[in-house]
Amino acid sequence: MTATRNDKRGEVAVRLEKPSGAVANPARSRLLAGFLWGIAGVVSIALLWEGYKFFGPDNGVLIGELRVLPRTTDLAMPHLWDMMVRLAEPVTRADGALPLWAVVALAALLTLGIAAAGWAVGVVVGVGFALLMQRWRLAEFGLLPWIVISQTVPLIAFAPVVKSWGSRVEIGSFEWQDWMSVALIASYLAFFPITVGALKGLQSPDRIHVELFETYASGYWSTLKKLRFPAAVPYLLPALRLGAANAVIGAVVAEVSTGLQGGIGRLLIQFAGQASGDPEKAWGPIFGAIILGLVAAGSVALLGIILKDYRRTEEAA
Amino acid sequence: MTATSANAIVNGRSGTGARRSKGWSPRTESTLRIVAPISFGLLVLGIWQLLVTVGGVDDYLLPSPTSIVAELVEFWPAVVSATVLTGTNSLLGLLVGSLVGIVLAAIAARWRIADQMSAPIVAALAVVPIVALAPVLNSMFGADSQFGRQAIAAIASFVPIFINTLRGFRQTKPVHRDLMKAYAANSGQMLRSLTLPTARPFILTGIRIASSLAVISALVAEYFGGPRGGLGSLIATSAASSAYSRAWAYVGASIALGLLFYLATLALERLVLRRVPTGGSR
Amino acid sequence: MSDQILNSAALTEAQRTAGDMDAAAVSVRGVNKQFQTATGVVHALEAIDLTVSAGEFVSLIGPSGCGKSTLMRLIADLDDPTSGELTVFGKTTTQARLDQDYGIAFQQAGLLPWRTVAANVALPLELHGVASAARRARVADLLDMVGLTEFADRFPDQLSGGMQQRVAIARSLAEQPRLLLMDEPFGALDEMTREKMQTDLVRIAADTGAAVVFVTHSIPEAVFLSDRVVVMSPRPGRISQIVPMRLNAVAGREDRSDNLREESSFFEMVTEVREALHGGAADGTADEPRGARGVDTR
Repeated sequence: MTATRNDKRGEVAVRLEKPSGAVANPARSRLLAGFLWGIAGVVSIALLWEGYKFFGPDNGVLIGELRVLPRTTDLAMPHLWDMMVRLAEPVTRADGALPLWAVVALAALLTLGIAAAGWAVGVVVGVGFALLMQRWRLAEFGLLPWIVISQTVPLIAFAPVVKSWGSRVEIGSFEWQDWMSVALIASYLAFFPITVGALKGLQSPDRIHVELFETYASGYWSTLKKLRFPAAVPYLLPALRLGAANAVIGAVVAEVSTGLQGGIGRLLIQFAGQASGDPEKAWGPIFGAIILGLVAAGSVALLGIILKDYRRTEEAA
Repeated sequence: MTATSANAIVNGRSGTGARRSKGWSPRTESTLRIVAPISFGLLVLGIWQLLVTVGGVDDYLLPSPTSIVAELVEFWPAVVSATVLTGTNSLLGLLVGSLVGIVLAAIAARWRIADQMSAPIVAALAVVPIVALAPVLNSMFGADSQFGRQAIAAIASFVPIFINTLRGFRQTKPVHRDLMKAYAANSGQMLRSLTLPTARPFILTGIRIASSLAVISALVAEYFGGPRGGLGSLIATSAASSAYSRAWAYVGASIALGLLFYLATLALERLVLRRVPTGGSR
Repeated sequence: MSDQILNSAALTEAQRTAGDMDAAAVSVRGVNKQFQTATGVVHALEAIDLTVSAGEFVSLIGPSGCGKSTLMRLIADLDDPTSGELTVFGKTTTQARLDQDYGIAFQQAGLLPWRTVAANVALPLELHGVASAARRARVADLLDMVGLTEFADRFPDQLSGGMQQRVAIARSLAEQPRLLLMDEPFGALDEMTREKMQTDLVRIAADTGAAVVFVTHSIPEAVFLSDRVVVMSPRPGRISQIVPMRLNAVAGREDRSDNLREESSFFEMVTEVREALHGGAADGTADEPRGARGVDTR
């Protein structure tokens, strides 16, 4: 998770979104072809799943003791259509139980909310750090190495410890809630890519532009507003998207490790525990988590459409 | 785009100040680059000590460095075996992820259809919480197997390696391709003498990025059940039984493991690229 | 020999200054500029004296490394001199910059890619708090002047290099500066566009009555545009000669047109500047024998 990662991941999205600017007919048909091939890719994964399930041995493929391909029993690999059917069925046999998909959707919404809170904190802190480091190079020298190093260490391991912190915090009428611990961990993961991306972006204006603003006797704040922030957009967007993805991952993991009820992380564990009797049910929250990640990253991509004028250089490149 | 305030001119001085304060000589700058982070690190460590010893911060909030070290010494064998277990999972995952990532990227670079088919899957893999697969992987491969964690580490490291490698394969310049064509080079020669050398730095960057991801993923996957004994599960159990210093000791070990992976891949990158200094920019 | 030239140049400078002190757009007195680099100290400028009167068009010409761009950056307050004194309209360069007494254009157009042509031209007005109605009117005028009215809503990446440069020039004129600083603004353009832009610039400068300090490495360009051509030599960067252009004896500046490029006085001036350039290089740094270059009639 170093500075470069922003760009690498950003690259995918840029490549996917690029045709949006083009209006010519050949471009549109190419877009359509790309879209259809994309669907074909997803379908081929499904075919692979069902194909292996049909032809593969029940006990999987073992080399010595190590199982290198999974078991193909319905318990280990349920049929895709069974998973879909299960989503529509009630979550438990109790009367009035919601269908599985609704339970998953509610849990995903809760997690999305927590992740969004964490992301927002991560954006504020990350952009704040970037501004600090852009303004004073000494701050960049002092902080940046630590930020890069901290990206290489599994700080998410702190998750169980953070919960113990939270349970002791009580300031006046304000009482630390468990979900805040989860949001804190989510913000922690979101903050790193945003800091690095924002710093790169704020430092990205060409010398000629910086000097132009200097000849205009433009102050720090107006240069920030008219030059540095607009120029940072192409760097900020992938960073924000990565931050959103990280916030979701952090929220899911933190829910599991802090034992927070109601979110998708909890459902993952809970339904996996029931998998021996109800194997399809365990896949419900997985689909939920996948859609959650896509929604989070997609929302940031929407931001990119709003800010498309600031991405002209990116599209031209 | 409203008009800015008239105090732009008043503020002009600050812009000037920022420019002129940058006039450090190259030597001062390189010194500061080393001194600044070290002093910042010492500052944080000092504040930590101060908080714990003088400020009276409770042990469960922030154990003092000494008590963490004490736990580290007491549980040394467990720390080592846990680090080895998680480290092995991460390493296997990284190796498999690298291999698959590079091969698939080569295929995607060669055939446009493969690229188009993989694009949405890779884009999705990059943003979804892969660890969510941990519980079902455990039931697919057996609850006593480490395979689920290795698979998650592999998928997590696959993403940046695939993306970087694909990008690297696309870096060959038209002038070089024309040159190879003029030499009537066959596709094997083209790969050996042009495509691979151009892509090499990108592949290595991908592996370096993936190294930390592999460790994080293997460790976090342990929170989702399966056999105990790795760093992740030990952190969780220690924290659950209020043994915070011990939890911190395992956290320390996982930081060391993450750094080890990062530095090893960084060294690999430097080593290989030193022989081909301009691999990326030609 | 070069000292002699320097002295005579300084004398003229002194006379000019004495004659019209208040009107001097730019005054440079004994300016030195040294850069600290890894390999040692580089003397970019040494003992520079120069006065540019209000409304005067002065070109700085010389081989690369002669410090012509550095001199312009000092005037613009983008760098500080090591020693010596610079004033712009009698103020310090910093004050002149804060007061927005000059407009500037660089070799690259330097347009902000996320702003339309109109918004790029409006940028300095916006930064200095001009009301939006006045801003729109001014931008419309400027775009009309550079002939880009139809392109107001385009983005820079949709324009050719010449058009981008015209936008940059419009931007530099936005606040009706009394002084224009231009650092090889046409350097990246093709020959045809370049000549057209030169003609346009002469007209614009005459219309607005602004003084211009114009950095170039093209002799014909300097001759065509200028009232005086300042010839500089490198290592250390010095003014070796100041050549007054005698073209305007026949025609006022506003009457200069492409016809001028074919007049004999134009070629005489080109020859004079070229000889000044080679003479300046003669004291040790000449890398080509005199006369080896053909007449560069760009």
